[in-house]
Amino acid sequence: MIAVRDLTVRFGLGADVVTAVGGIGFDVRAGESFGIVGESGSGKSTVLRALAGLVDDWSGAVSVAGAPLPRRPDRAFRRRVQLVLQDPYASLHPRQTVDRILAEPLAVHGIPDADRRIVDALAAVGLDASFRFRYPHQLSGGQRQRVAVARALLLDPEILLLDEPTSALDVSVQAEVLNLLRKLRRERRMTFVLVSHNLAVVANMCDRVAVMTGGLIVEQLDAPRLAAGTVTHEYTSALLRASAGYDRSHGAHDAAMG
Amino acid sequence: MTAPGTPAILEVDDLRVAFPTRGGLVHAVRGVSFSVGREKVAIVGESGSGKSMTGRAIIGAVPRTGTVTAKRLAFDGMDLLALPPARRRALAGRRIAMVLQDPKFSLNPVMRVGEQIAEGFRVHGIARGAEARDRALAMLEAVRIRDPGRVYRAYPHELSGGMGQRAMIAMMLAPGPDLLIADEPTSALDVTVQAQVLAIIDDLVSRSGMGLIFISHDLDLVARFCDRVIVMLAGRIVESVAASDLRRVSHPYAQGLLRCVPRIDGGQGDLPTLSRDAIWRAEGSAP
Amino acid sequence: MGGWRAYLTTASPRSRRQAALQRAWLGWLTFRTNPAAMLGLGIVSALVLCAAAAPWLATHSPIEQDLVRRLAPPSAEHWLGTDELGRDIYSRIVYGARITLRIVALVAVIIGPIGLAIGCLAGTLGGAVDAVLMRLTDVFLAFPRLVLALALTAALGPGIENAVIAIGLTGWPPLARLARAETLTIRRSDFIAAARVIGASQLRIVAVHVVPLCLPSVIIRLTLDMAGVILIAAGLGFLGLGATPPSPEWGAMIATGRKFVLDQWWIAAMPGLAICAASLGFNLLGDGLRDVLDPKLR
Ligand SMILES: Nc1ncnc2c1ncn2[C@@H]1O[C@H](COP(=O)(O)OP(=O)(O)OP(=O)(O)O)[C@@H](O)[C@H]1O
Ligand SMILES: Nc1ncnc2c1ncn2[C@@H]1O[C@H](COP(=O)(O)OP(=O)(O)OP(=O)(O)O)[C@@H](O)[C@H]1O
Ligand SMILES: [Mg+2]
Ligand SMILES: [Mg+2]
Repeated sequence: MIAVRDLTVRFGLGADVVTAVGGIGFDVRAGESFGIVGESGSGKSTVLRALAGLVDDWSGAVSVAGAPLPRRPDRAFRRRVQLVLQDPYASLHPRQTVDRILAEPLAVHGIPDADRRIVDALAAVGLDASFRFRYPHQLSGGQRQRVAVARALLLDPEILLLDEPTSALDVSVQAEVLNLLRKLRRERRMTFVLVSHNLAVVANMCDRVAVMTGGLIVEQLDAPRLAAGTVTHEYTSALLRASAGYDRSHGAHDAAMG
Repeated sequence: MTAPGTPAILEVDDLRVAFPTRGGLVHAVRGVSFSVGREKVAIVGESGSGKSMTGRAIIGAVPRTGTVTAKRLAFDGMDLLALPPARRRALAGRRIAMVLQDPKFSLNPVMRVGEQIAEGFRVHGIARGAEARDRALAMLEAVRIRDPGRVYRAYPHELSGGMGQRAMIAMMLAPGPDLLIADEPTSALDVTVQAQVLAIIDDLVSRSGMGLIFISHDLDLVARFCDRVIVMLAGRIVESVAASDLRRVSHPYAQGLLRCVPRIDGGQGDLPTLSRDAIWRAEGSAP
Repeated sequence: MGGWRAYLTTASPRSRRQAALQRAWLGWLTFRTNPAAMLGLGIVSALVLCAAAAPWLATHSPIEQDLVRRLAPPSAEHWLGTDELGRDIYSRIVYGARITLRIVALVAVIIGPIGLAIGCLAGTLGGAVDAVLMRLTDVFLAFPRLVLALALTAALGPGIENAVIAIGLTGWPPLARLARAETLTIRRSDFIAAARVIGASQLRIVAVHVVPLCLPSVIIRLTLDMAGVILIAAGLGFLGLGATPPSPEWGAMIATGRKFVLDQWWIAAMPGLAICAASLGFNLLGDGLRDVLDPKLR
């Protein structure tokens, strides 16, 4: 479904050039759920944005949904590939009500029956109908994140790219949203690429996982191996150790390493 | 309620935040009381339960439409609600700091990140000119940003989610506050960087005696990192325990929360969820 | 407490209209607390009222001459005195509000949309479009207003329309610059990225997502600009390039009063005061609107 070869993304000019993604490759089969974990600033979001056609300047060979990733994606592509952006505060238009935000994808693609779909989508992410005509600034962080997820689901995409979809959610709502996503994937045979810094979420949701640091994929492993902790790369094991719980010695360890 | 031996730096008694609505008021926070000494206090709870509003009420950043009332809201003996607005703003910049839940959103989009941090030093008269710049760079380095020079010159939209969060933390720690309210400050950080950033905050609490209110969804993390945990539901505190006792909480809601936490070796089945019990609803969860 | 108040303040509005009205209500509450802004609103409202109800407010005809009573000082009969042809100055000023307001409205209608459209397009599309549109803006910005107005009226003859065209041609570039600057920060934000992901076309992004965010600052700027427009219109009138003689244009009134400024001061001073008040009104109103509309100060 997704095949990435040698994807490179650079930002900036002159002395401040950043190689956000430095030539990575991976494959995601149809219906699979692929996880990306890694250090903060290692290029995870950039990979997802590139797959969603939001990055203008990239090199490499990328095919999405059986065709090369278009430089200027058309509407058909947009309908098949949806992205939930990382920051729930910034990704909702500040002057639009929840209703208006959710109506937008339906209007763009001329999908009928908007009213019912919006009500259903809100219910699916566990938001009461009373939120429908609120503005984003009247919502809590988790409530916004659920609106963002609902917006992506409205178009019923084949590929859903999720950038930390539950980072602002408490564990109970997180469990509900993850269960919903899992159910949708099963029912609609969606393909997921999920970025998260929470290894437990990734272990629960994903068949395979890529570990990134410094713009590179340093290790790919499947869920059972992640659960069992049989990893090879040093960074992955540091990650696993730190996930076992907060302990200030991890800080010291990594400082020495980096 | 404070841990024995530490004088309370913040006292909150019957804090309420309400937004006007049709049937009277919608209460985002409905009568919260706690105090914070020179220690790490965590607030956990359901999305929309009023955690952020509690923090915002303390620092005075509740949206205009909301009304804040309290029997007592005192910082270092001063009644915050009675303070003139100018004094309160000065206090909020210098002695009380809050890392907002939406860090990138709260940074100025057209000013370089480093300049914003350096500005913090200048405004509070801690350092000026080149020294402010150097200290800002040092701050960025302290929060484990790999390339502080570049990030200093970057605009907020050029940062990753976790970098934005760390920049915000650096900015808030700059004036050396007595009370830090951190609203999900590490939600976008991977666990290794998170550990490093928390270690810095930990040091400030143990060395300079800063008080910390740590709002988080990560129950495992707060159990290990904080001294006390307050569990909120629908604008109220339902339980307040020592962090080491978090596993033994008594309120059914808090117990339910703990069950929902996914585990690395938990397999791929559906996660347990909270059956949103009628009793909790009746207490009037968010509308 | 009235039902409408609850309707305007409930945290969970039930319809699109209610949500929008709530926003407006919140803005009004802020606006109301600013006395200067309320004064501005009062002046501008009075101006509109004068223009709308001129025939009823005026005590005399604005153009009818009465040479017997020429140059009469303010009195019970002629509240603000009469001019050199015996016309009632008060009535002329009341009718003059129509001309001033017409110029202001026409200019706003021309430069607002042009500035907004060019600025937002340039900012969102970027690249060559941006470069071309911004150079065009520079060209128009470089024209001195008064000289352009002189040239136009010289070519097309004096009249309000030509004055409006001249002011309009040179009035939009600052708005376009402002809209572009706003757009530059907006276009990088995540919600624009989200709109792209959904499949919205560039044009839709500009019209539906960017323009509503630029609109407040453009409206503020436009309102502040109107103060200047009133002065320029009066200036053109003074030079004899705006409204043609019998019409009670404030600038032209000052021009005729100039000859008598020492002995019959009221002929020039009264319209002068009107110009001052009107332009001050727009200025105060614009400042007040900034507090309400500017999202950064929210
Ligand atoms: N528009 C941009 N201009 C310049 N640099 C950018 C831009 N976007 C991202 N970067 C840089 O690219 C790198 C990777 O960013 P990215 O957002 O992909 O990280 P991430 O892995 O998602 O991190 P996090 O977990 O903190 O969200 C960072 O160093 C960031 O500063
Ligand atoms: N301006 C507002 N008008 C009306 N209701 C509001 C407003 N701001 C927040 N609320 C409501 O107040 C409640 C508490 O919000 P708050 O942001 O404190 O939640 P939270 O506990 O921080 O949740 P999260 O974990 O999702 O961030 C929410 O139900 C929210 O919808
Ligand atoms: Mg990211
Ligand atoms: Mg919150």
